[in-house]
Amino acid sequence: MNFVQLVSIWLIPVTIGLILLYGTFKKVPTYEAFVEGGKEGIEIAFSVIPYLVGMLVSISIFRASGALDYFMNFLEPAIHLIGIPAEVVPLAMIRTISGNAALGMTTDLIATYGPDSFIGRLASTIQGSTETTLYVLTVYFGAVGIKKMGDALKVGILADILSFILSFLVVLLVFGR
Amino acid sequence: MVNIIWVMMALIGIVFAAVNGTMDEVNAAIFKGAKEAVTISIGMISILVFWLGLMKIAEEAGLLKALGTLAKPIVKRLFPEVPPNHPAMGYIVSNMIANMFGLGNAATPMGIKAMEELKKLNGNKDVASRSMVTFLAINTSSITLIPATVISIRMTYGSAAPGEIIGTTLVASALGTIGAVFIDRYYYWKRSRRGGR
Repeated sequence: MNFVQLVSIWLIPVTIGLILLYGTFKKVPTYEAFVEGGKEGIEIAFSVIPYLVGMLVSISIFRASGALDYFMNFLEPAIHLIGIPAEVVPLAMIRTISGNAALGMTTDLIATYGPDSFIGRLASTIQGSTETTLYVLTVYFGAVGIKKMGDALKVGILADILSFILSFLVVLLVFGR
Repeated sequence: MVNIIWVMMALIGIVFAAVNGTMDEVNAAIFKGAKEAVTISIGMISILVFWLGLMKIAEEAGLLKALGTLAKPIVKRLFPEVPPNHPAMGYIVSNMIANMFGLGNAATPMGIKAMEELKKLNGNKDVASRSMVTFLAINTSSITLIPATVISIRMTYGSAAPGEIIGTTLVASALGTIGAVFIDRYYYWKRSRRGGR
C-alpha cells in the first residue's frame, strides 16, 4: 500500500525531471519550447467553453428537475433483479454524465456502507474503472472543433455499461458477497 | 445523436419541473451549470499550459516519437489509419499511460493534442474519424493501474486494505477496454457495410 502511494506521489515530478533532462541532452531550447507549447493551452481552454456550457446546462436542468432521480428509480428494480445491489445503480448511471457527482456518490457509498463492504468495494471499482464519457467527449471534441460525433457517443455509453457489469462480476468473483 | 440527447435532457427536465414543481431548482441550476462550465474551462488553463509546454519539449527531443515506436505493435492494430511515425501516435500513447496511472489532469492535454493530430489526418473536417471514435472508446474505458483518488477515499474512511481494489479495478478496466474495442469495431463494420467510411 505504501508503495502504491509512493509511486503516485513520485510519478509526476520524476516524469517532469526526465523530460527536462532528456530535452537538455538533445539540445532542445527547453524554455522556449515550453513557452511555445504552453501558448496552445490557453487557446484550447477557451475553445472548450461553449461546448462545456451547453452540455453542463442541459445536464443541470435534467438533474435539478428531479427527472434523473425519477429515471433511476424506474430502472432500479430491473437492475436489482440481475443481482446488482440497487445502491450502486445511481452511481453507474451518473458516472457517464458527471464526474463530480459520481465522486460524491462513491464517497457517500463508502462512508455509509464501509470501504470493506461489498457495496464499498464495488463502488470503488466502478469509480476506478470507468470514465465520465460525456465530459471526455465534450472536452476532446470541443477543443478541436469536431461537431459531428458519429458513433462515438453510442460506443462510449455501451462501453460504460459493459464496464459497470464487468466491475460487478469481478468484485463478486474476487471478494464474494 | 448528440443533438437529440442534448435537447432531450433539457426538455424532459423542464417538463418534469413543470409537473413536479421543481422549476425553482431548475432556474437556479441553469446558471449554476453555465458558471461551472466556465470555471472548469478556465481552471483547465493552468494544467493545459503546463503539460502542453512540457510535451512540446518531449516532442522536440524526439521522446514522443520514441514512445510511439515503442508501443507500435499494439497501437498499429488499434489505429490502422494512423501512419506509424505520425506525432498522433506519441500523443495517443502518452494519453493512455497518463490514464493508466490515474493522472487525469495530464491525460486531458495529451488527449486533446492527439485529437488535434487525428483531425489533421482527417483533412481538418469537423466530423469524427474512425480513429477518433476508437481513441475515445479506449479513453473512456481506460485501463487503470493505480486508482489514486479511490484509494485515498478508502483510506479516509478507515479501510483495512485501501489498495485491495487495485486488482479488481485493473481486471475490470482491462476487460472493459477490450470490450470497448470490440464495440468500436462492430460499429465500424456496420458503417463500412452501409458503404460509409
